[in-house]
Amino acid sequence: MEPPALAWDRVVKRYGAVAAVDGVSLAVASGSFVALVGTSGSGKSTLLKMANRLIDPDEGRVLLDGRDVTGEPAPTLRRRIGYVFQHIGLFPHLDVARNIAIGPRVAGRPTPDIHRLLDLVELPRELAGRMPAELSGGQRQRVGIARALAQDTKLLLMDEAFGALDPVTRDALGRRLRALHDELALTTILVTHDMAEALLLATRVVVMRAGRIVADETPAALMAGGGGDAAQALVAVPRAQAEQLAAMAHR
Amino acid sequence: MNEAFARVPELLAEHVLLSLSALLFALLIAAPLAIAAARRPRLATAALGFASLVQTIPSLALLALFFPLLLWLGGGRLPALGFLPSLLALTLYALLPLLRNGVAALRGIDPAVIEAADAVGMTRAQRLRLVEAPLAAPVAIAGLRTAAVWTIGAATLSTTVGQPGLGDLIFAGLQTQSWPLVLAGCVAAAGLALAVDALMGLAERGIATRRRRLWLGALALLGGGLVASTSPLWWRPSDGGGRPLITVGAKNFGEQYILARLIGQRLERAGYRVRYREGLGSAVIFGAVASGAVDVYVDYAGTIWTNAMQRRDVPERGVMLRSIAAWTAHNHRVRMLGALGFENAYAFAMQPGTARTRGIATLADLAARSPTMRLGSDLEFLERPEWAAVRRAYPMRFAAATPYSPTFMYRALASGRADVITAFSSDGRIAAERLTVLTDPRHAIPGYDAILLVAPGRAKDARFTQALAPLVGRIPVAAMREANLLVDREADKQSPDAAARWLAAKLGL
Repeated sequence: MEPPALAWDRVVKRYGAVAAVDGVSLAVASGSFVALVGTSGSGKSTLLKMANRLIDPDEGRVLLDGRDVTGEPAPTLRRRIGYVFQHIGLFPHLDVARNIAIGPRVAGRPTPDIHRLLDLVELPRELAGRMPAELSGGQRQRVGIARALAQDTKLLLMDEAFGALDPVTRDALGRRLRALHDELALTTILVTHDMAEALLLATRVVVMRAGRIVADETPAALMAGGGGDAAQALVAVPRAQAEQLAAMAHR
Repeated sequence: MNEAFARVPELLAEHVLLSLSALLFALLIAAPLAIAAARRPRLATAALGFASLVQTIPSLALLALFFPLLLWLGGGRLPALGFLPSLLALTLYALLPLLRNGVAALRGIDPAVIEAADAVGMTRAQRLRLVEAPLAAPVAIAGLRTAAVWTIGAATLSTTVGQPGLGDLIFAGLQTQSWPLVLAGCVAAAGLALAVDALMGLAERGIATRRRRLWLGALALLGGGLVASTSPLWWRPSDGGGRPLITVGAKNFGEQYILARLIGQRLERAGYRVRYREGLGSAVIFGAVASGAVDVYVDYAGTIWTNAMQRRDVPERGVMLRSIAAWTAHNHRVRMLGALGFENAYAFAMQPGTARTRGIATLADLAARSPTMRLGSDLEFLERPEWAAVRRAYPMRFAAATPYSPTFMYRALASGRADVITAFSSDGRIAAERLTVLTDPRHAIPGYDAILLVAPGRAKDARFTQALAPLVGRIPVAAMREANLLVDREADKQSPDAAARWLAAKLGL
């Protein structure tokens, strides 16, 4: 049997007396789109960053394609993982093309096809020569995604990647991400505090609270009332908003 | 004026070489330290604290402190004078701006950029080279500019520990009141600092605005300028042809400059190459001759007696000279070739009018009136044992006691800012300005016969000692005063070199 693309095995991470991640085990099958949902401080980002070793667990193991991630130097591991986060972190002294090509460059691989990557994230090709400071927030995050896709990878980690964007941009970029996931046959893990985003994009929604997984359901099951109280409390917010909006339309 | 600027190229070369070496050395220390400290707050506090502490030490004192330190560490094997102590002191001095800006520059980088660098798979070295270095460069270079300007300025002080540089012109000019020399030194040092700062500023702007040609051009110009300015050192004509090189030392006043030239001129005639280390502090120069950093210089019996030998008694002159000769030979293998024949003692001098109206003729009279009077001294006197000896013999307490450099001390007396000064008995200005010298009835002040001291390495060199032996006992105080006045007077001022020739001719040497 093929091992899961990514698996956490009883991982624990403590900050002082507080356990940010408190004994979590989770396996993500290749090709799935998993949303990790929870309020601030639930441990979802900490859990995600264990996958590319931006954070190392105090206990437990993380397995990538069945192999322990600590089995190789962190840089070589990270060159096989795409990572996108809220603050984007474009290199301000490099133009868009060089930002996108940075992963292959440090890995000693040939320069990727910048135009194709710009096409994938629906950015005009002439942006390749621009500096990050000349771009809008949404354009910057598209460059961030292109940079992640340029890695030699099928695994995409998204840490609140749309958190700082306006709702319109956020919606467009979410749809694009979902399309890319399907086109490129990616395995995507999306950390978000927005349950609506999780329900609309993911094939599987994992809810965390206080460092533990409290629900692990399909979006349909959550909408049908599954997953327990903590999950339903999160689902209730967008549902109520949707009902209010619908009621307004019928008034 | 042209004469003053003629000395600039060679001194500028030494100045540039010293400043550049200190800056590179400091950069070599500060860069890794700043990188390590940027992510370690406790290391940053310690490193910046140390650098700030160094900065609070006056640069003149920091330079002087390396002299005993190097003597102690090296046990005589390390050069305690000249390039090494200057390099170390200036390096320490340059650390603060480099460290502070380096740490600030690295800490100022957006943490998201660092996280992205890690996440795309950069190793630490790649992150430093591709991300941190280019982003920190503008702020770090600003620190380098500050350090460069400070170092070039502070390097003028290296004269006091025997390292030639533009400070030679400034110190010699201040002592002999030849303003063209001071001006030449200042203009050259300031010009150098401004040029380096401007070119580095240009490079900084080129890097910040990613204009490759601008910063490469500025750096090329800077590098070319540094090579060109130090060229007198590489092309120094090999006129030596194997002739031994002698270093003649001098303290920081006119008489010392003249005597150094007098010695140097004789040695050149005897077939030696000669260089001068002028402006050395009294505390440094005896150690310099003992260690061989200086081959020969003139000191004064009372100075060796009270400072180096720590004696408090005041014997008769001949006895004192014999004891000094025995002591220097036994303890430091320094040979006292003999006394030159004149004395340069501390002499309390007053305007004759003031002395008469207040009825002061002796140090005892002075002590009685001291609470209403202001004392002007040279820069060292108030810290010297002679001052303690005077006060033991004549308890005095002045309303104010202010140290001046010698020429300004005479001015202070002339202008009435000081009522009495600690003049020098061989100074031509005492006679020229008709000052009243107070007598010392209790013999508190020892004899100050000028004596020739020779380093251990030259003590048995017959050609060397024969070249200098004719000076012994040949210089009467009247001749020395006249020579001093040639250099110290306001009008028709002569260079120490010319005064030395005049003195040699006058004495038939």
